[in-house]
Amino acid sequence: MASTPVLPKLVGARIKRREDPRLIQGRATYVDDVKIAGMQHIAFKRSDIAHGRIVSVDVGAAAAMDGVEAVFTGAHIAAMLEPLPIATPFPSPPHRAVAVDVVRYGGEPVAVVVARNRYIARDAVDAIQVEYEPLRVVVDPELAMTGQPTVIHEAFPNNLAVPLVPSGTGVSADGKTVDDSAIDKAFAQADVVISQRMMNHRLVPNAIESRGVVAHFEPGKAMLTVWSSTQNPHILRTLIAAMTGLGQNQVRAIAPEVGGGFGSKINIYPEEYVAAVLSKHLELPLKWIEDRSEGFVATTHGRDIIAYVDVAARRDGRVLGLKMRLIADIGAYNMLLTAAIPTLTMMMANANYDIPAIRTTLTEVFTNKTPTDAYRGAGRPEATYFVERAMDMLASELKMDPAELRRRNFISPAKFPFATQMGAVYDSGDYEKALNCAVEAADWNGLKTQRDAWRREGRLVGLGLSMYVEVCGLGPSSALPTGGWEHAQVTIERDGRISATTGASPHGQGNETTFAQMLADQFGIPIEHITIHHGDTAVVKQGIGSFGSRSQAVGGVAVHMAGAKVKAKMAKFAAALLEAHEDDIVFEQGRIGVKGAPASAKSFAEVSGYAYVPVPLPVGLEPGLSEEAFFEPTNNTYPFGCVICMLEIDRETGEPRLLKLVAVDDAGNLINPLIVEGQIHGGLAQGIGQAMVEEALYDEDGQLLTGSFLDYALPRATDFPRFELHATVTPTPVNQFGAKGVGEAGTLGATPCIVNAAVDALSGFGITHVDMMLRPEKLWRIIQGAKA
Amino acid sequence: MIPAAFEYVRATSLDDAVAKLKAAGSGAKLIAGGHSLVPLMKLRLSEPRVLIDVGRIPDLVGIRERDGKIVIGAATVHSDVAASPLLQERCPVVAEAAGMIGDPQVRNRGTVGGSVAHADPSADMPAVLIALNAEIHVKGPGGWRVVMAHDFFQDLFTVNMAPDEIIAAIQFTPAKVSAYAKLFQRASHYAIVGVAAALEVKGGTIVSARIGLTGATSYARRLTAVERALADRPLSKDTIAAAAELAAEGLEGINSDIHASVDYRRAMVPVITRRALQGALARA
Repeated sequence: MASTPVLPKLVGARIKRREDPRLIQGRATYVDDVKIAGMQHIAFKRSDIAHGRIVSVDVGAAAAMDGVEAVFTGAHIAAMLEPLPIATPFPSPPHRAVAVDVVRYGGEPVAVVVARNRYIARDAVDAIQVEYEPLRVVVDPELAMTGQPTVIHEAFPNNLAVPLVPSGTGVSADGKTVDDSAIDKAFAQADVVISQRMMNHRLVPNAIESRGVVAHFEPGKAMLTVWSSTQNPHILRTLIAAMTGLGQNQVRAIAPEVGGGFGSKINIYPEEYVAAVLSKHLELPLKWIEDRSEGFVATTHGRDIIAYVDVAARRDGRVLGLKMRLIADIGAYNMLLTAAIPTLTMMMANANYDIPAIRTTLTEVFTNKTPTDAYRGAGRPEATYFVERAMDMLASELKMDPAELRRRNFISPAKFPFATQMGAVYDSGDYEKALNCAVEAADWNGLKTQRDAWRREGRLVGLGLSMYVEVCGLGPSSALPTGGWEHAQVTIERDGRISATTGASPHGQGNETTFAQMLADQFGIPIEHITIHHGDTAVVKQGIGSFGSRSQAVGGVAVHMAGAKVKAKMAKFAAALLEAHEDDIVFEQGRIGVKGAPASAKSFAEVSGYAYVPVPLPVGLEPGLSEEAFFEPTNNTYPFGCVICMLEIDRETGEPRLLKLVAVDDAGNLINPLIVEGQIHGGLAQGIGQAMVEEALYDEDGQLLTGSFLDYALPRATDFPRFELHATVTPTPVNQFGAKGVGEAGTLGATPCIVNAAVDALSGFGITHVDMMLRPEKLWRIIQGAKA
Repeated sequence: MIPAAFEYVRATSLDDAVAKLKAAGSGAKLIAGGHSLVPLMKLRLSEPRVLIDVGRIPDLVGIRERDGKIVIGAATVHSDVAASPLLQERCPVVAEAAGMIGDPQVRNRGTVGGSVAHADPSADMPAVLIALNAEIHVKGPGGWRVVMAHDFFQDLFTVNMAPDEIIAAIQFTPAKVSAYAKLFQRASHYAIVGVAAALEVKGGTIVSARIGLTGATSYARRLTAVERALADRPLSKDTIAAAAELAAEGLEGINSDIHASVDYRRAMVPVITRRALQGALARA
């Protein structure tokens, strides 16, 4: 394998996604398109209160309805299904797929109906009578930490899912010994200390395709097939097998077309286990499709972390110390990765900066809300937001240009690989290059002049700047309980076409295009001759899945490795056919020949055909051309970038409007810049969305007030100016493509950039911070407050 | 998001619809675009027994001019209203407001009559009809009835119509000097405060003005104090600014929700009123 990054010819080209025609023409197959003879439908009765003891569940009327196959209470399900497994190392209260004694959030399943069709199933749900004894509800994590007014899980007296965990300078690797001298000294020496409580509020992921599952147990074969809208069918298979008592050889998981996930489809949910276990129990194929209303409460939420941030700095802008006390509101239960997500916020507390002393602590708290888990960025946008807001506050306090302040604190390019105090090893980076690119592309100084001119006209215009660095390409295996590798198999078919498989099961990443681009270059054949298969554990032998921006940096590398293996074998067949040495074989333009003798070259198909009818069989070779590879990365990758924006707030209404946004992203070498830009566009939209329009709000009774698109806003195209995108290229040494990952990047820099701009716009009103989201009334009150 | 069971019938004419509605009795609902009703049914907040589809009755669709007035069929979709050259030219407030409703999907399916009959307190069209002093033409078993817009909207989701009546058309005298402005909530794009203004101007003087307000209170209403402050005054920025200041005076029953408090809504009423009037001024 070459140690320096290689960039062959289709790699790097702006090729349109091969997936898109079928997706936009309605010709794709999603879970809800799967229909099996005799299939019955599942619907869940869900708790409409946030906390209560179940006194009784009367399913009699529902069970008696025509067309209802069966109705199950939590106790019935508990007899068939162990509590839900999690993949984090923290202690966790038992979590039943269907509540048995107590419901702990609005939307928690309390009974299951199986019926002939979805309509009957829904009617039967209405016929189930549940009586609750209401319990006190807690929605404020800082109150919940005191154990008041209620304890959600008996064994966790102060509702602490994860008690105070320290990390950073002076903290031993096991977290058990803590030496405060360095961090205390940093703050003692500081000219300036900035302290701010910040809220990174809760979001609803809202993939365009809701969740869904079809489970089909075939007793004659003792095989269970599970179709699910999931990001990781192999993890699904592993856990479904464990929970149903079947071997992994008896479970086939299929992720058909998946209409987005944003991290919310990593988790394996109660509905998936229930469908699987009931299909086995009833020996019937079963389908459950999530309503959008269910999706708001039954699919994991994202973010919801409070940070108390303190920054110590010298007057020249050099940051000496950073403290970050994190309180994560994880909702009512631990899901698969819930408890791990805020640890990523701790891990990325350095952001882009060389900070001599850092101390973070993390507390995770149960509340009566929908559980949280990964959401695009998963812990890193939170870290970026807290640090980048604090850096802007410091710049403002020091009356220093925000770009200049950051410049003075960057980790210098000479220091990479850079081991942070938080346990990360940043692979490669040149942060000043990205900053300079953004400052130049946006004309930062020109924007300042423009802002000041508009301000003189009375307009409330602000400029925002944010850096980001994120951790992508997850693994390695030491960092993921599932294993952190990825698997691929590349098969040259008899006709010279290529079928390849990847375990990085895409849900919008475009792997069918990018991986084919790589193979086309590797073999010198047209991309049209290559098909990438994914999402079916019977086709894709092994895999982990798509999350943590790992598709290319881990999955893509595995494809290339498998390709290299099969290419070496193919060269041996070609050498035999051409009576040459395998080292002299070249693959070019769909032909395989001997170096320097192009006339003798055989077609790709001819060599392929020979490998499958090898007469004579070359000595030492087995017939066929199919090889697989596992790629285990040695480290994560750490892409980075800079976002600059200009925003105006309507002085009369408080409405914010984004006027300009420039984003510079450095994801290393790019396989397909068009797809990369698409990923960045989506990420920016979600990052801006969090700052400006999206917020999951609960009332004191634990009712989700934003439980539909009537009240929960998603950003629209009309909310945005044209994004101006630029790239710098700092390849990673971690993989041979030098590619870092980009799926989540957009969400990191955009959010603090917007809030920084809003605070700048309101700087004349005596404020130094405003919590997201930028609700017009909130901004109007700041403006009014200053008038009074 | 699965509605309860219902019957579905399609009406072929207005009279057929009236007959079917009468025959179906209580528990029947009319449906055209369905963009207010269907979400309620999916949430099972509304469980009609029978749906009578009036969306495909030819006479109920279209925008035409008749005797100096403009008539919009009740089943005309918002996107057709927004794109109507007749309305854009002769009565821009209607096209403007229709173009701000919801999103393209809602505008392509939702109808004027449906919006008016549903009377959502945040809907845009009620304010417009009030500003235009529009007639709402209603047919029932007893024949035709004409209700003026300002008498039509009575309370939250409550209108001056019997359960067996159907809106057939909206009719109004076009007002060239007219505009709609709204502050909308980001999720639904419904109005937090929406104001429609229609002015009659002669020789630089405002002869009369009608102002319709939506979003702020439980139902759409006139802002008569503003109207009086505009009448017989020169059409100018100053007149408008002074009149708009009166917009929230005496306003009671102001809505409050997670998107906007009473205080904020009250403060926005004069702001949006002024913006609507400025929009109208630009068309004088």
